[in-house]
Amino acid sequence: MKKIRHYLKPYALRMSAGLLIKAIGTIAELALPLVLAYLLDDGENAVVKDAFSLFLLGGAMLALALIALFGNIIANRMASKVARDSIERIRNDLFTKTLQLSARQTDSFTIPTLISRLSSDTYNVHNMLGMMQRLGVRVPIMLFGGLFLAFFVEPVLTLILIAVLPVMLAIVILIARKGIVYYGKLQRSVDGMVRKVRDDYTGVRVIKALSRTETEAQSFRETAGKVAEDETKAGLITGMSNPVVNLLLNLGMVAVVLIGALRVRGGEMSPGKIVAFVSYFTLILNAAMTVSRLFVTLAKGTASGKRICEVLNSTYVEQESFAKPQNADAHIAFENVTFAFSDAIALNDVSFFVRRGEKLGIIGATGSGKSTIVQLLLRFYAVNSGGVFVDGQNVNEADISKLREKFGIVFQNDFIMRGTVEENVDFCRNLPRENILRALQTAQANFVAEKGLDFPLEAHGVNLSGGQKQRILIARALAGDPDILILDDSSSALDYKTDAALRAAIAREYGDTTVLYIAQRVSSVRGCDKILVLDGGRAVGFGSHAKLCEQCGIYRDICASQGGDVYD
Amino acid sequence: MTDPNRRRKKANGIWFSRHKKKRDAGKVLAQETPKKKSGPLTGGRIGKRAALLRLGKYFLRYKRAVAAALLLSLASNLLALAAPLLSAAAINAVSAKAGVDMAKVIFFCALMAVFYLLSSALSYALTYVMLRLSRNITRKMREEVFEKLLSLPVVFYDTRLAGDILNRITYDVDTVNASLSNDIIQIATSIITVVGSLVGMLLLSPLLTSVFAVILPLTVFVTVRRSKVMRPLFRKRSAKLGELNGYSEEMLSGLCTIRGYGREREIEAQYALHNADAANSYYTADYVGSKVGPTVNFINNLSTVLISVFGGWLFLLDRIRLGDISAFLQYSRKFTGPINEFANIISELQSALAAAERLFGILDEAPEQDPQDALLLPAKVRGEVTFDRVCFSYERGKPILKDVSFSAKKGQTVAIVGPTGAGKTTIVNLLMRFYDPDCGKILLDGVDISQYTRSAVRSVFTMVLQDTWLFEGTIFENIAYGKESATKEEVIAAARAANIDRYIRTLPQGYDTRITDGGANLSKGQKQLLTIARAMVSSAELLILDEATSNVDTRTERLVRDAMALLQRGRTSFVIAHRLSTIENADCILVVQGGEIVERGKHAELLANEGFYSRIYNAQFE
Repeated sequence: MKKIRHYLKPYALRMSAGLLIKAIGTIAELALPLVLAYLLDDGENAVVKDAFSLFLLGGAMLALALIALFGNIIANRMASKVARDSIERIRNDLFTKTLQLSARQTDSFTIPTLISRLSSDTYNVHNMLGMMQRLGVRVPIMLFGGLFLAFFVEPVLTLILIAVLPVMLAIVILIARKGIVYYGKLQRSVDGMVRKVRDDYTGVRVIKALSRTETEAQSFRETAGKVAEDETKAGLITGMSNPVVNLLLNLGMVAVVLIGALRVRGGEMSPGKIVAFVSYFTLILNAAMTVSRLFVTLAKGTASGKRICEVLNSTYVEQESFAKPQNADAHIAFENVTFAFSDAIALNDVSFFVRRGEKLGIIGATGSGKSTIVQLLLRFYAVNSGGVFVDGQNVNEADISKLREKFGIVFQNDFIMRGTVEENVDFCRNLPRENILRALQTAQANFVAEKGLDFPLEAHGVNLSGGQKQRILIARALAGDPDILILDDSSSALDYKTDAALRAAIAREYGDTTVLYIAQRVSSVRGCDKILVLDGGRAVGFGSHAKLCEQCGIYRDICASQGGDVYD
Repeated sequence: MTDPNRRRKKANGIWFSRHKKKRDAGKVLAQETPKKKSGPLTGGRIGKRAALLRLGKYFLRYKRAVAAALLLSLASNLLALAAPLLSAAAINAVSAKAGVDMAKVIFFCALMAVFYLLSSALSYALTYVMLRLSRNITRKMREEVFEKLLSLPVVFYDTRLAGDILNRITYDVDTVNASLSNDIIQIATSIITVVGSLVGMLLLSPLLTSVFAVILPLTVFVTVRRSKVMRPLFRKRSAKLGELNGYSEEMLSGLCTIRGYGREREIEAQYALHNADAANSYYTADYVGSKVGPTVNFINNLSTVLISVFGGWLFLLDRIRLGDISAFLQYSRKFTGPINEFANIISELQSALAAAERLFGILDEAPEQDPQDALLLPAKVRGEVTFDRVCFSYERGKPILKDVSFSAKKGQTVAIVGPTGAGKTTIVNLLMRFYDPDCGKILLDGVDISQYTRSAVRSVFTMVLQDTWLFEGTIFENIAYGKESATKEEVIAAARAANIDRYIRTLPQGYDTRITDGGANLSKGQKQLLTIARAMVSSAELLILDEATSNVDTRTERLVRDAMALLQRGRTSFVIAHRLSTIENADCILVVQGGEIVERGKHAELLANEGFYSRIYNAQFE
């Protein structure tokens, strides 16, 4: 939370000015009943003896009301401004930080929580910042100023207030706290329901095929029942707050009238004060009632603020490795690389190298460490031991953005953003048109010719088929004329024919580019200059197709399982 | 009124409205899947009035609860309303000149305490009744929507985004209920309070009431203006916030790519633009909205001033008693409260009705139709399937299948190959009667399958699809899903046949291991094996394998292939695969291209033909 406060610092002056205005407005509002008390006092020392002074006092009250109106409006506007400016900065910083997190940090936060931190958490903090400035001052002034003035008017009756207030506050806070717990529970059962619907939505063919709709309906009834139950529980708790607070407030009022009457009888106060006091009572206790709202917003905002700060404050120092290359003329070299994500070893003593312009195929089962190679190459992660070298330089010592500029990559399950085909291929790089067209052509994205470069793509490319998506992504990787092209399982949705055409076109058009083909299909890598065979994080084979067919048992195995004749 | 409940829902609403925009900006490029959209449902909009009437019916189902609620709210409000009159009487008994009638004061104070106590008790009882009522209605609605969903044809799922439907079943139902049940009570309370306090004021002093009448137009003016000004501002605010959140969600899903291409700066700049937009529209709505509170307070204060001054004047003239002024002040505050709430209620009702329209849109969708006098499926199905000149299109004018005919004999394996979008998946969709052909017939053992019910047709098939669908539940439950009342032995036998039994046994909880998040804790190959096991459990005579091997790693693939071969034994099978090696032994290979069968025959025949098949077959070795 310190960090959030730090964001408010530049606005300290504006904030305190706003709060001051707010305080003036609130005090004006508080003073109203004070005037009323004089006005209605029919005791010995009554001020109101004639119509003139009556209207004079009325005018004073009106003036106070106007001060309250404008003071509050101006202050609220200032508060909104401060809240806007600070949340805008918080959000920008949070987003920037999120993009700059190391891959390890991203893994530990996970993408969904980063998304919710950016959306609902900043929303909660925004709410809190606004409300705290608007009500955070008003409520305490109303409460304590009210108490003070009430004391000034009639000290004995104030004791009733002092007795009622803490009880009420305690109850309100207790209920709000309980409520938060119950709503948390409710949220979880709602999550369960959402999961159920999502599950069935994706599995509708299976459900229908197996005629299991009745079972599904039954299990949904249970889930929905649980949600309904939790909703009722939460509602019953929070629903208690209004009647209880009302009751306390009203009983206090009864006490004021009763004790007031006793004191009037004893000649200790004038009857007009009872009227004024009742007005105070309403005012102060209404303020006390907003405390519950304030409390909920504050609790939510604080929790969210913490989650935001976790990201903003997170630091991670990558392990340093300054190994020197043994094979300096290789374009890419892995030398005795060992790497683990957390405790599971992903790559174990892996070495290989590629010369400029060569094509390297990497093949192996899911989880054998293929994609890890890409992540180390781009320095998303640092190695645990050994060294990764590009152009003879240890990637650990390279300037990250310069290093990454050399690459054109298609990741597994890569993403298409909302925008035109051209924007997706260009990917904010302002590339010349020719490059984009050439890349699209090479990527076999002939369908684009039909639709045009301006064809709008949906987020995640939902209006493209899997094969079309992959071709756009490949074009994106090619368009930057990269030194090194990495295609990670990125032609799996293409049929063999298109896949073959694609590989031929890349060889023709981007002959100087070093290419890494990562695949599960032998046919995708067999034409490469070298093939790296991975198995359980170890390099079990490295060489040409023919060489591997002779020497590498696992490679032969893979070939056979895919129906290819090894010696054809 | 502070209702944290309602506030929570409002806040949530913002997060879930974002999927609804700009979905139909692009046309689908893929030929084989219909376009996903989230626009109005084909069930159509039914209009606000009709929606209101239908909502009314839900409430009528719980007549007694509704009646009790109204009665309770009437009683509790009347009690609360009567109290100021009592306090007036008590204060009137106190006078500096005439002395204090203590007995009277105590009597009225006691009465007041009782009234307030009862009022609070009744209002909590009301909360209870309303919560139960809304719980029942919410549950009913959700169940109805869900059951409806399951009865809808697959085309509904293919053309709509899951998020959209999720919104309806969760937040739309919530909105309808939260606001309806709250608003009905609020409206009742408001009317009672307004009328009651007006009566109270008139009883106390008709003269002062006429002074108060000056305030009334001001209140009405403020209320009307406020709702006019605020609504578009709030709409804009949630739209902009939705855009911002959508943007960050989208970009974070491509985090690797952005980092890989080093495009952080550019994306941040984009984000900052969205952010400024969202912050500004939030600000506008915020500060305009925050004028309301002080304005309402001002009106309240103004009426206090007017009443005090004129009340004081009347008091000087001895035309009114002190207690009456106090009570009058209390009534005047009560009076303005609901009027200001009214604008809120109206806008909430509107959003509730919009949500209700969306819900009824789903409930009005046409379910899958079955023939009235459907034939009964024979007890024993042989498993011969014939496509007789079948044509089909998802969108008018874009035929997917043109005049397709073929047949499969009992126990045969028919493989379907061809490029993406050629119509392979469509053949499966028609077989399973997820869709119906536009013309031509599909025969099962010589009978047109449209004469059976859909569920009867489906019951003769078992399938393994490319999307390995596993649900939240144990491994046992997921396998047993293939057959109603599958026994433990059957499940284990199926798992063994599917080569997954050994793996399951290595898990600490074995068959009771929970599958979470669609099987995130399993590899693709293991998921595939589980779905094969599920298909094994079934005793259906026909089998569909849809591109089932294309996503499996090479190690597991052999296990999968063996399992599938076992699964195919004795069943008439339809296999769709990209990997030609898996279908070389098929009895018949259909090569589909552009919606037509361009070649058919056994592997060797097709290779000898040197046509399309041999070209794609050889392409893998180029």
